[in-house]
Amino acid sequence: MNDTALQYVLVAMLVLPLLGAAGALLPIPRALRLGRTPERAMLGLGVLVTGLVLVLAIVLAAGFDHDHPATMQATTDLNWIPALRIHLHLGVDGISLPLLVLTALLTFLCALYSCFSLPKGPGPQAFVALLLLLETGTLATFAVLDLMLFFLAFETVLIPMYFLIARWGGEGRERSALRFIVYTVLGSVIMLLGLLLIGVKAGTFDMVTLATDNGSHLSHSTQLTAALAVGLGLAVKAPMWPLHSWLPDAHTAAPTVGSVLLAGVLLKMGTYGMVRILLPETPGGMHTYAPYLAAFAVVGIIYGSLACLALARQGNGGDLKRLIAYSSVGHMGFVLLGIATLTATGVNGALFANVAHGLITGLLFFLVGAVKDRYGSSDLDQLAGRTGAALYGRAPRLGGLLAFGAVASLGLPGLAGFWGEMLAMFGSFKPAADLSRPAYLTFTAIAAFGTLLTAAYLLTVVRRVCMGDRDTADATPALADVRGYEFAAWTPLAALTVVAGLWPAVLLGLTEPAVRALLGGN
Amino acid sequence: MPSLVQSVDWVALTPVVIPAALALAVLVADLFLPPARKALLGWLTAAGLLAAGLTLIPLRDGHRSTFCQTPGASCSYAADHFALVIQALVLGGALLTALLSLATGTTDATDELPGGEYWFLLLSSAAGGALLPASRDLITLVVALEVTTLPAFALVALRRGDRLASEAALKFFLSSVVATAVSLLGISFVYAATGTVNLAGVAHGLTTAPGQLEHLAKAGVALTLVGFAFKLAAAPFHFWVPDTYAGAPLPVAAYLSVVGKSAGFSGLILLTVIAFRPYDDVWGPALGVLAALTMTVGNVGALRQRPGADRSAVRLLAWSSIGQAGYLLVPMAAAASAADPAHEIGTTVAYALMYGVVNLGAFAVAALVTRGAPRGRLTDYRGLYARRPAAALALAFFLLCLAGLPPGVIGLFAKVAVFSSAVGAQHGWLAVIMAVNVVIALVYYVRWTALLFTRTEADAAPAGLAPAAEGPSATGPAAVQGPAAAAGTPVALAVAIALTAVAGIALSGAPQLVLRYAQGTLL
Repeated sequence: MNDTALQYVLVAMLVLPLLGAAGALLPIPRALRLGRTPERAMLGLGVLVTGLVLVLAIVLAAGFDHDHPATMQATTDLNWIPALRIHLHLGVDGISLPLLVLTALLTFLCALYSCFSLPKGPGPQAFVALLLLLETGTLATFAVLDLMLFFLAFETVLIPMYFLIARWGGEGRERSALRFIVYTVLGSVIMLLGLLLIGVKAGTFDMVTLATDNGSHLSHSTQLTAALAVGLGLAVKAPMWPLHSWLPDAHTAAPTVGSVLLAGVLLKMGTYGMVRILLPETPGGMHTYAPYLAAFAVVGIIYGSLACLALARQGNGGDLKRLIAYSSVGHMGFVLLGIATLTATGVNGALFANVAHGLITGLLFFLVGAVKDRYGSSDLDQLAGRTGAALYGRAPRLGGLLAFGAVASLGLPGLAGFWGEMLAMFGSFKPAADLSRPAYLTFTAIAAFGTLLTAAYLLTVVRRVCMGDRDTADATPALADVRGYEFAAWTPLAALTVVAGLWPAVLLGLTEPAVRALLGGN
Repeated sequence: MPSLVQSVDWVALTPVVIPAALALAVLVADLFLPPARKALLGWLTAAGLLAAGLTLIPLRDGHRSTFCQTPGASCSYAADHFALVIQALVLGGALLTALLSLATGTTDATDELPGGEYWFLLLSSAAGGALLPASRDLITLVVALEVTTLPAFALVALRRGDRLASEAALKFFLSSVVATAVSLLGISFVYAATGTVNLAGVAHGLTTAPGQLEHLAKAGVALTLVGFAFKLAAAPFHFWVPDTYAGAPLPVAAYLSVVGKSAGFSGLILLTVIAFRPYDDVWGPALGVLAALTMTVGNVGALRQRPGADRSAVRLLAWSSIGQAGYLLVPMAAAASAADPAHEIGTTVAYALMYGVVNLGAFAVAALVTRGAPRGRLTDYRGLYARRPAAALALAFFLLCLAGLPPGVIGLFAKVAVFSSAVGAQHGWLAVIMAVNVVIALVYYVRWTALLFTRTEADAAPAGLAPAAEGPSATGPAAVQGPAAAAGTPVALAVAIALTAVAGIALSGAPQLVLRYAQGTLL
């Protein structure tokens, strides 16, 4: 397929959800009714639009020139606001393509899932509109090539996610939502200052030009300031320890689809920004900060795992959703560690771990949401009682899937979770030439210890939730096992986890050349 | 031998002359109109303001000037691009105020608001506001400033028998008069030091002033600026704002928040960028500190509003307008160290245009809500979406524009432009303070926005009443385009909300429409 057609496909991917969001707020035309009641029609609209976007994403991935993943494809470049030198510059390369597809997939699955199990809240109209607006923002983040547009897209997701948490969430939702938005906005305005500094000093906001320059137009002190400001904003989103404290509350309070998108897509925006903006545009600044970033990353790994271990222990009243949220802090620590190595291996690992975490944690949040629906609580002690919840016995398929998700998350070889973390640690074992090798060896050792802790808490969860004695297994009323729509929403995630685990070259082949280009060809 | 009689370019003056002439016409017409038809005056006022706004179109090349000492130079009135843009803002603001007043005035104006005088005062003040950005000497500037504010005192106090309004007007009057006196003293000092009142002449005079007059000149500059900072309600001259806005009739508060502010900042721009240019090392840092102080005081004040208190909605808008005034000052502070100050102040103008549109929109929705809930509490906005979906969506959009978050794209980019001018001028500290302020402001704007979509207990409990209220607004497709379909919305108010909402959405799609002023040179 030629580039012009792909260009329209990419633009359509961004415009379609936006139109859908506007359409969802309008009164429904009778001709377009996709269900018997207006509520069903509205949810049908959500599935239809996100489905179309997913089809477009697949078309984009199929039409993408896989022989040249390092070059920007499907590019559009229009002068939007000449006064601020802002261009509508869109495009995809091997780094953004997997994330675009992941976003389209997860949003579609969320729309599908909520079609059958809408969380309690003000009704489907606003829900669908917000979901579609969120999709526009996340897709745009991965598709734009202008620093100011990146900021715009970065901010676009805030309002929809705020309302998804504050209106459809669980206990303490208003507080958590406000905390989420205040933290992220504080981060992103600081990021804006850094972006403006880069733009003002280099004379352009164009990410391709800036990446090609490799920071040659920026003095070292400018790079240091800009990298710090931008890095802080992205680190809040990623989240990097100790800036993660908004995350557990937001994930716990959010409805299932909110948690899925928050963990599966929104966190990736932070790490994607680091790879896309910081690595190529302020290489000098990144070089100075890399050891600190790596140190924070491994602290995050250990901290997240220890928090999860504490939550998983009997008698601590740990919430299962909160546990998965903390596990995200640990997993994103591996992504950050990979980026901080400044090597092609490490960054590839980070990008792989990004996608893998999106698939696996997305699946886990779906599963935990389903468990919560069935038990009415996600409190681990309440679920498990003294002997375990015996999910294998009461709902064998659900239990099996949960065990599968947990095992994938702990990085079992052959599943998606393995490669990213392995490559990140491998990169850290041999970091970029002028970084301190002994320090990074220490980080590698700590990270490796972190994988052990991860295995420990996830297996504890499996033992306490999936296993149990026969009495619990035979308890009445019987639990519903995986329903049809749940099966439809979860299968793609599980299947892709296996595919990415067995055939990592699909992803690595895309990211590898693009990463080498971004790192300046070394 | 030049003629002693100046030739006056009346075409250039039309944006000022039309409101002024109409003000007198309305005052006279009021005497002859029967009470039942007083509403005509309001529509006449709105039409006149619209006509005055339209006369800006033929002037748009921005070369005209009049009242010149020598032909083409040292003019007292210049219809350049800066003047035209601010005039458009002032006249547009006055037009929307007139529409708001029509809606609140027509129902029970007979007792509360005396019709004729009200329109007369509004038009006089608008004429002053339109004159101010075009004036190019200190005397005209002060006269214009007073013509803008003197009728405003009366407007605030106009509601008969309202003690709160009288108190508000008195506070406004006393502090304003003091500021004017200080300003006049400063101007006399400047005149003494430079021997001219022409702005460009003052700039020249300040550089060539003899050494012993330097302190006098500096004192004069400082005192003059204080007077204008007061009109802009910059901290620490802001204390009158919350009480005055809360006490004034709602349209008047809207008027003050936009036109009053634009008078203040356009005066400040003219003074700093043209007249006091040689002293930019003095006023630059001073404006920077003023900006930081103003935005912090305003936003913290807004954050501390209790939602249950009477008139808390207008109070919050008042405090937030102080915060917004702080953002307006940032590019002016940056202008001091820029090579081309006239370039930087374009960002202030662009920001003011954005602010004018969305703030008037927010006031328009507030006027609509206040009709049903006269106490004007923030809690009255709870569940507005269920009652009036279009108005709630519009208000949410305006608030998000003010906060600078998508979908309020124009608000976001206007803030980006301000940030960019601060970063470009090496005012990193100011940019960081502003960043913190944006976050503080976000909290109260988002809280208010969230309140609009919160379900009330009343909506849930009496199921019989809710459909009756929702019926007309939920059925027609017009419900989304404008609030006209909502039950009991006066036409003028619906037009005002629709105008501002359409303008805000159009600007969000094409921010270049206002941001181009941040690019070119206006003065």
